[in-house]
Amino acid sequence: MGAAVEIVDVARRFGAVEALSGVDLVVEEGEFFGLLGPNGAGKTTLISIVAGLTRADRGTARVLGHDVVTDYRRARRLLGVVPQELVFDPFFTVRETLRIQAGYFGLRNNDAWIDEILHHLDLASKADANMRALSGGMKRRVLVGQALVHKPPVIVLDEPTAGVDVELRQSLWGFIRKLNRDGHTIILTTHYLEEAEALCGRIAMLKAGKVVALDTTQNLLSSFAGLTVRLTAGALPDAWRERVLRHEGATYLLSLASYAELESLLSALRERGIAIAELALQEADLEQVFLRIMKRTA
Amino acid sequence: MSTEMRTNLSSEAVRHRSGWQTLLYKELLRFWKVSFQTILAPVLTSLLYLLIFSHVLESHVSVFDGRVRYTAFLIPGLVMMSVLQNAFANSSSSLIQSKITGNLIFVLLPPLSPLDLFAAYVVGAMVRGISVGLGVFLVTLWFAPIAPVHPLWALAFALLGSMILGVLGLLAGIWADKFDQLAAFQNFLIMPLTFLSGVFYSIHTLPPFWQTLSHFNPFFYMIDGFRYGFFGLSDIEPGLSLAVIAGSCGALSALTLWVLKRGYKLRH
Repeated sequence: MGAAVEIVDVARRFGAVEALSGVDLVVEEGEFFGLLGPNGAGKTTLISIVAGLTRADRGTARVLGHDVVTDYRRARRLLGVVPQELVFDPFFTVRETLRIQAGYFGLRNNDAWIDEILHHLDLASKADANMRALSGGMKRRVLVGQALVHKPPVIVLDEPTAGVDVELRQSLWGFIRKLNRDGHTIILTTHYLEEAEALCGRIAMLKAGKVVALDTTQNLLSSFAGLTVRLTAGALPDAWRERVLRHEGATYLLSLASYAELESLLSALRERGIAIAELALQEADLEQVFLRIMKRTA
Repeated sequence: MSTEMRTNLSSEAVRHRSGWQTLLYKELLRFWKVSFQTILAPVLTSLLYLLIFSHVLESHVSVFDGRVRYTAFLIPGLVMMSVLQNAFANSSSSLIQSKITGNLIFVLLPPLSPLDLFAAYVVGAMVRGISVGLGVFLVTLWFAPIAPVHPLWALAFALLGSMILGVLGLLAGIWADKFDQLAAFQNFLIMPLTFLSGVFYSIHTLPPFWQTLSHFNPFFYMIDGFRYGFFGLSDIEPGLSLAVIAGSCGALSALTLWVLKRGYKLRH
């Protein structure tokens, strides 16, 4: 297995903003890879560079060994991208949209595959409906269909489930998982960290245009093993403030190294006479890992 | 999808044809689906021009020393004006709509080269322009049955004229970020240049200053050359007109291809 996507020292600046500053990343063939980061971290810019929508100031990107600038025809044929924005062409029906998109890749008469896509995306009954007549979730599914219509071995999904209801999200992930099992490389950006945890074998976290973490999902979870405590109380002792991952009103999300530390926290609260309104313990999940990494690199 | 299907992709990719024909098909389908607006409306507008101008000026204006009736003189001008304006409208409106709604991404993600994009948008614009021009010609035949005496000259000017305006529309669509900017381009450049190009008059009826100025208007050569195809008469030598518009077409095409290659305002 070689590299599905190889990004070497890619940098991009928009005016005064450094969107990407020397990113190196390799996604292996067949991986289900997650690209996470807060808004403005550079995820979409990185995807745009790989897709040829944005040009890098320096560095190179390759799709299955083909440079996205010098060998863009082959690179783009091997790549399917589901864009973040919910865009569509109001002149056409769902089937026309998919046929036209396939035609852009030089494919004709591939209705069998289009029918299969329509079936898997639960759009068969809407095949002849105009794009304007579809709900937001259906339009999102057509976008997924457009990315798959030329059967690309590498599929990039940029926030594909934003605004999609839970039932549809599950069926969409079922289809994407199947594609991954069939050998497709999947690169996913999402704000739903539980999705990334459940789906991705490896994850890169971006912050301010830099890769701040890159490892298997399992290693990321184990390296930040520990507990988090969701505590609602009148106040928090000063010594514990550095453990706060997130804070909303009187509710604090704190990280603990072990259960033993829980006793120390409760003692500190008792000593200061701070009443606990609510307390819940959680095992580390990707959201906690993400918050800790983002806090560590602040 | 099976693994076998996936592994066949590389060989399939090698056999892929260019996608420009599909983009052209999409461009044609786009204007055909709204043909009331894109074909019938401009035909009706031109018919109104003909009715009004021929009614008012037929007995007052003498063209080509009275060898051609004013209504007959007007028809090739109106046909060519329709060709030019609609060719411009097609490529410019298609591109700006795609940019503003964001669906241009569907064209930018596939392996379409700058030449593919250029060919599809420009040929689409030419087909729309010539379709409208043909429609105008057919409905105006009822008022003055004329036939081109040099049809190949008329065809050459129609093709080159529609191509220039298709290219110009593509350029304007790339440059404009909003409909307002495109409307400015259309209303302050394309419209005056077409109206002041001799559609409604022969430049020999103008004072010397305006005659000289008309020679700097490339649209004048397109209209005058096209009219030569119909009557064998023109204000200037048709070979010169053809050379001017062929040169303009070549220069504009080279500029637009360069702009597309750079990705100006399309790829950040």
